[in-house]
Amino acid sequence: MSSETTRPPTVVEEELGGVLSRIERPPRPGPVSASITLGWRALLKIKHVPFQLFDVTAFPLMTTVLFTFLFGGALAGSPREYIQFLLPGILVQAIVFITVYTGVGLNTDIDKGLFDRFQSLPIWQPAPLVGALLGDVLRYSMAAVMVVGLGVVLGFRPEAGLVGVLFALALVLVFAFSLSWIWIVVGLLVDTPESVMTSSFLLLFPLTFVSNIFVDPATMPTWLQTVVRVNPVTHLVDASRGLMHGGVALADVMWVLVASAVLVAVFAPLSLYMYHKER
Amino acid sequence: MTSIEADGDSQSSSILSAEEDRTLQKSPTELDLAIETNGLKKAFGDTQAVDGVNLRIPRGTVYGLLGPNGAGKTTTIRMLATLLRPDAGIATVLGHDIVQDAAEVRATVSLTGQYASVDEDLTGRENLVLVGRLLGFSWRDAKTRADELLTAFGLDDAATRQVRTYSGGMRRRLDIAASLVVTPEVLFLDEPTTGLDPRSRNQVWAIIRTIAAEGTTVLLTTQYLDEADRLADRLAVIDNGHVIAEGTSRELKAAVGASTLHIRLRDPERREEAGAILRDVLGVVVHNGTDRDALSASVPHDQEAAAVLTALADVGIRVAEFSLGQASLDEVFLALTGRPAEDTTEEMSA
Repeated sequence: MSSETTRPPTVVEEELGGVLSRIERPPRPGPVSASITLGWRALLKIKHVPFQLFDVTAFPLMTTVLFTFLFGGALAGSPREYIQFLLPGILVQAIVFITVYTGVGLNTDIDKGLFDRFQSLPIWQPAPLVGALLGDVLRYSMAAVMVVGLGVVLGFRPEAGLVGVLFALALVLVFAFSLSWIWIVVGLLVDTPESVMTSSFLLLFPLTFVSNIFVDPATMPTWLQTVVRVNPVTHLVDASRGLMHGGVALADVMWVLVASAVLVAVFAPLSLYMYHKER
Repeated sequence: MTSIEADGDSQSSSILSAEEDRTLQKSPTELDLAIETNGLKKAFGDTQAVDGVNLRIPRGTVYGLLGPNGAGKTTTIRMLATLLRPDAGIATVLGHDIVQDAAEVRATVSLTGQYASVDEDLTGRENLVLVGRLLGFSWRDAKTRADELLTAFGLDDAATRQVRTYSGGMRRRLDIAASLVVTPEVLFLDEPTTGLDPRSRNQVWAIIRTIAAEGTTVLLTTQYLDEADRLADRLAVIDNGHVIAEGTSRELKAAVGASTLHIRLRDPERREEAGAILRDVLGVVVHNGTDRDALSASVPHDQEAAAVLTALADVGIRVAEFSLGQASLDEVFLALTGRPAEDTTEEMSA
């Protein structure tokens, strides 16, 4: 504030004149450099607004604890036994749920006019989207580590050890990254961050609950089992369980990778098209 | 290019003097135009936001787009900054087509949008480093450049504070600084002083003058007639997506009439009666002011003003205030559109 009162415009003019006259334009940044810079921006936001990390992690941590103790006794005999089954699944649910923050963040940036600046810069045009995703993947990783950490505290013991868990995390992150493109499209489509949030639940609830995260689908009606079987989340959960406890089916991993590729192939070009189109 | 030249006359309004018209007929390179648009159109749904805008903006000038809210100023500037694709028409910025050579255009222009387009969560310094990196600077150069700009814009003390703690004036200065990380050849400023207090507005004006003095072409939009008057070398008045007049502020004023007469009555009840007398004596359109006692009209010949005073005295209408002056841009707008430049007049006089 003091700067506002002590600095008369004439000083500004003199100093500004000097600053303006001696700058040469550097060569344009490459796509990778621009995306990383914008990912750095996402990191800074975590640093300055740590609360947004709480947003992302509170829900998964809460559901992990709640479901373990609520259903553990009834479904598996004890919470400790249930969490061996539940954790690889609840990890998937947690990360899939928070992908929506990609769309929320994007919508907020557009709302504030920030993307006008990015778009008028001579950068690889998808960089703001990719950069935002890079930052998000980092947030997903943090949330994932916290969920697994909490699981271990609650008695989760992965039979395949740390390496298995890391592979499972990697696969979950690949899927989350791909799914995020849907939220980028939604973020570009709707008017307010709140609408992104609201509309997301229509997809996320069926996607995560009509799956094998909580219970064995064998107890479900046949028609529902069919739905569960085609849900990519089911395959991701199976793969995640297999990787963490050993005995992963390659088919499940392939299913997840193919589903991820399809998501990116459909929604990435769509979001880029919409991004270029005026809003 | 050729089609623009062919249309060179029709786009310049009648307000331009004959001499100016000859200048415009020169080829674009001779005149060294920074921005040239021809028949630029853009619709949003049923709303024709920009409806055939023709502009010829000489290099190195401050050019003002003046008009009320919703006139099409922002849409025009967003098209020129390659953020929007025009429905029809052509535009070039420093010879680059805004659709075909969008990347080249982006490499020569900077845009400061209507709402401060800086990241509120980041510090002022981080915002400038971010832009520096995106322009291709190394981390070190981006930081050096950020610090230079922070000093020049008087934001040193606030450099490491989150932007959300900044005042409106500081935010706007940071926003403009972000547009100057690399000195652009063309700078677009969309309503640079809207919502600023008079002190911050003066600072921003000083900044804009300096930028122009360093050779950057500035295209700014404003609803403030006062601002356009003080900053812009040339003006285009925009209304309903059309350019309704173009020229220097002096030319625009001259076009409206030699002088404008302002009258305030002691008895506001008799305004209509007084208006009729003015119409009779001067033979021009008389405008009612925002205040209930105010009237104004352009006076073709100064000596007729005295006749008005006599005529009013004859019927016993007492005058509280009587002044004759060169038309303000406010009156230019009124004369051109038949309505005042929206509610901005009140803020202006403050």
